[in-house]
Amino acid sequence: MSITGLVSIFLAAILTNNYILSKFLGICPFLGVSKKLDTAVSMSAAVIVVMVVATAVTWPIQTFLLDRFGLGYLQTIVFILIIAALVQFIEIFMKKNMPPLYQALGVYLPLITTNCAVLGVTTLNITSGYNYVESLINAAGSGVGFLVAMVLFAGVRGKLETADIPKSMQGLPITLVSASIVACSFLGFGGLVDGIFK
Amino acid sequence: MAKKQKSYGEIFTAGFVKENPVLRLVLGTCPTLAVTTQAFNGLGMGAAATLVLLGSNIVISLLRNIIPDKVRIPAFITIIAGFVTIIQMLVKAFVPALDSALGIYLPLIVVNCIILGRAESFASKNKVLPSILDALGMGIGFTIALFLMGSIREIIGNGSWMGIVLNNGSIIQPMLILILPPGGFFVFGMLIALFNRIAEGKGKEPATLSCCNCPQAASCMKASEGGCK
Repeated sequence: MSITGLVSIFLAAILTNNYILSKFLGICPFLGVSKKLDTAVSMSAAVIVVMVVATAVTWPIQTFLLDRFGLGYLQTIVFILIIAALVQFIEIFMKKNMPPLYQALGVYLPLITTNCAVLGVTTLNITSGYNYVESLINAAGSGVGFLVAMVLFAGVRGKLETADIPKSMQGLPITLVSASIVACSFLGFGGLVDGIFK
Repeated sequence: MAKKQKSYGEIFTAGFVKENPVLRLVLGTCPTLAVTTQAFNGLGMGAAATLVLLGSNIVISLLRNIIPDKVRIPAFITIIAGFVTIIQMLVKAFVPALDSALGIYLPLIVVNCIILGRAESFASKNKVLPSILDALGMGIGFTIALFLMGSIREIIGNGSWMGIVLNNGSIIQPMLILILPPGGFFVFGMLIALFNRIAEGKGKEPATLSCCNCPQAASCMKASEGGCK
């Protein structure tokens, strides 16, 4: 495990394999919460926290419990329950010990239980065969990628507010079409990370 | 009950077009965008989700008086995850090609808003038979939408349909961008616009974002600061 390997995993998770724009995980919050910049940032911060903590817990459970006793098929059930319990736990912990942070992120936490991005990152870490450190880096990178996409898109949506749009395209359709253009720009990063490190 | 009871036929067909889960209710957007690079994948994903929805709707409807209200969401998720695991095993065993095509999106059916949404808004309040019809109708609606999107993206983006080569580049160069991620957003946006146009002609509201139809709607509304209308 080299530093460059970790950096390349981190950058790939942000740019080339962006969770929202190339893997389509977490589309609901992407479309729903990206109307304003500050809410977009808070939601993404909550996602980063939950992704890293969930990976920190699910990876050892998969490796030392499920794989060891041949229970790999229980992965989906175990992971979703762990994530649901963790989100509850983080919420309680924040409320008690970090009230300002809870004020900022609290509302977004329950939403994250059913966010495909979190279940997606924990499962993908296992299927990609990452070790513990790589998994944590990948989770953090995916979270940051989520943040980047949300922030960029919040900017685009700000412009849409004032645009003159045909009636049938108003609302969701134009949002999706602009998401498509933002996704196009991320296509430009294809091969970038491999190019730098090889 | 003051509200007029829907007939079984109405419950069954509601999901096809009128309340199509993808194009009208805008639920389950993640798999819709991700797996529809080919018509066959859309069909497979639709079938897998329909089976999970059928199973979870039946069980949740049977247990609707037993599950305490406070823990219903975790209980629903556990039931759904159980069915997803069963479907995952079946697909791995009998259709390995589909398993590799759907990859991570197969286990992610657990967090598909359609299934949790139907559990919350229909199965937990209705008897078993209507719940079965609702599951089948919504499942078929989901499959129709995925198949439609998969067909458009595969025909234009790859020049083939269901794996049959229609256009090998001699007539017109396939537009590769449609099977890449941006094409997913674009085709989905255009399809919703088309459905909005049809709905508008019938004097109905345009499709709005999923959050409002999601079981998490209460916290989502707070999150998007009254974004749910």
